[in-house]
Amino acid sequence: MKSNPRRSPDLVFKILTGTAMLLILAILAVIVGNIVIHGYGTVTFEFLTSEPLEGMTEGGIFPAIFGTVALVILMIVAVIPIGVMTAIYLQEYANPNSIFTKSIRFAVNNLAGVPSIVFGLFGLGFFIQFVGRNMDRAIGADVLWGQPSLIWAALTLALLNLPVVVVSAEEALRVVPREHREASLALGGTKWQTIRRVILPQALPGILTGAILSISRGAGEVAPIMFTGAAYYLPYLPTSPTDQFMELGYHIYVMSTQSPDVEATKPILYGTVLVLLILTLLLNFVAILIRYRMRIKMKQVA
Amino acid sequence: MTEPEIQTVDELIQTNKNQLSPESNTKNPGQQGFQNNLIKFEVKNLNFYYGSRQALKDISVSIPEHQVTGFIGPSGCGKSTFLRSLNRMNELIPDTRLEGKILLDGTDIHLRQVDVTTLRRKVGMVFQKSNPFPKSIFENVAYGLKIAGEKSRTEIEGRVEQSLKKAALWDEVEDKLHDSALKLSGGQQQRVCIARALAVEPEVLLMDEPASALDPISTAKVEELIFELKKNYTIVIVTHNMQQAARISELTGFFYLGELVEFDGTAKIFTNPADKRTEDYVTGRFG
Repeated sequence: MKSNPRRSPDLVFKILTGTAMLLILAILAVIVGNIVIHGYGTVTFEFLTSEPLEGMTEGGIFPAIFGTVALVILMIVAVIPIGVMTAIYLQEYANPNSIFTKSIRFAVNNLAGVPSIVFGLFGLGFFIQFVGRNMDRAIGADVLWGQPSLIWAALTLALLNLPVVVVSAEEALRVVPREHREASLALGGTKWQTIRRVILPQALPGILTGAILSISRGAGEVAPIMFTGAAYYLPYLPTSPTDQFMELGYHIYVMSTQSPDVEATKPILYGTVLVLLILTLLLNFVAILIRYRMRIKMKQVA
Repeated sequence: MTEPEIQTVDELIQTNKNQLSPESNTKNPGQQGFQNNLIKFEVKNLNFYYGSRQALKDISVSIPEHQVTGFIGPSGCGKSTFLRSLNRMNELIPDTRLEGKILLDGTDIHLRQVDVTTLRRKVGMVFQKSNPFPKSIFENVAYGLKIAGEKSRTEIEGRVEQSLKKAALWDEVEDKLHDSALKLSGGQQQRVCIARALAVEPEVLLMDEPASALDPISTAKVEELIFELKKNYTIVIVTHNMQQAARISELTGFFYLGELVEFDGTAKIFTNPADKRTEDYVTGRFG
């Protein structure tokens, strides 16, 4: 059999693309391997449940875990309704050809490209110094809302993730077949009934994908929260939205740049990174599970 | 059906109105069945535009009650656009414009006080591609009732059963009402859609090529069903299948390039059309 001359470029590209894939896999393996090898010895039950001691050279990271979870939950609560409603407006109500709609979409897409540190500064300037101070003035408080706190950090993070949620929710709404909208409207359904009973249930798994993405991002971002609420060290857990909080990402940043004893901090640092990694994966996993169960439920119907 | 049913006073008044209306008799001379049936839809000088492209040109036609009125024509001739303007579905498409009047039982459907959801409940629609929701058979059929605010479970259950029976589907799905409608065959899905449309008790049923995606057996079933339904409903059907139009409709209109070229009794359209273009189309010379 003669060799097919057209097969050799095929082979070259197979090797090239395969190598690229292996490279990424290798980098990922090195990162994860490094973290796991150095970190897993540190991560004990005590490490997870106690607070930092001796200037963070001993003790655990419980306040940071608690703060991260609280932050992410608050962020989700803020970003999902606003993002989904924006997507519903853009996709279902707005005239797709109007300049207004186009400019909103343009703005949303550009929001996604703004560096996260800019969001942090915006949060400081807008939420804390403008909104917070004015709230204090209105209720006559000394300094309650006009300082870095959990709520402002969560809102800043929500703003950062808004484009992700809007874009993925819009996509999820777009793929609901036109025939289903028409069927509902032709039966005398109003637009809102159609959205609530036909479109949203079908778009839900896609909307959840946006939530998953924003969870992953939210749990890892440091820049937006460093001016708006994350604390270097706190001896207590946040109990109200106006409290400051510790956060894993910021804790890692602090330990690696501002520790009084870098060598002593190292194992704790590795352990914290491992915990952050696992926590992000865990949150992702839970969201994927919810989405999966919802898809199954939709297929079976009841 | 050519014999009118016993008429209520309201209907009698309506008859007189329709007979007094000069358009209803002068525009469509020589139609069979008109003398005995009330006019359900009266369309006057309808023009429709997608942006700057005119899709319907000066359409005037009267559609009688309790009959099957069919519209045929090649793809893109405007027959579907015409059908969709009867329940104002075209309004969902941006950058479209409509001129002229459409009267349903003598009332202009574009008047400000006419609520479009009420109109669509009265004028139901079955689409070309069967489009059941990804819900159970029961939920599909009950959908229209639920969004209309019907709360009583027994009422809903009764109407679902009744509608599925009317759509000749009850025997096939009786024991799996709560299975997904998407598990049914294409023909069954289309009959779910018909049942869903019937459940809100419309007066008119618009059908946009309801059998074009179905196999011959399912098509026969749907056609049989249409024949049954016309006793109680006014049916307007669009089809590119001429045999189908010949089989099921009493009156047939031929659309070509946005014009209603000819509208007359089905037999006349297919055997002795007045217009050369109609003759060419029904004899298969183009289209």
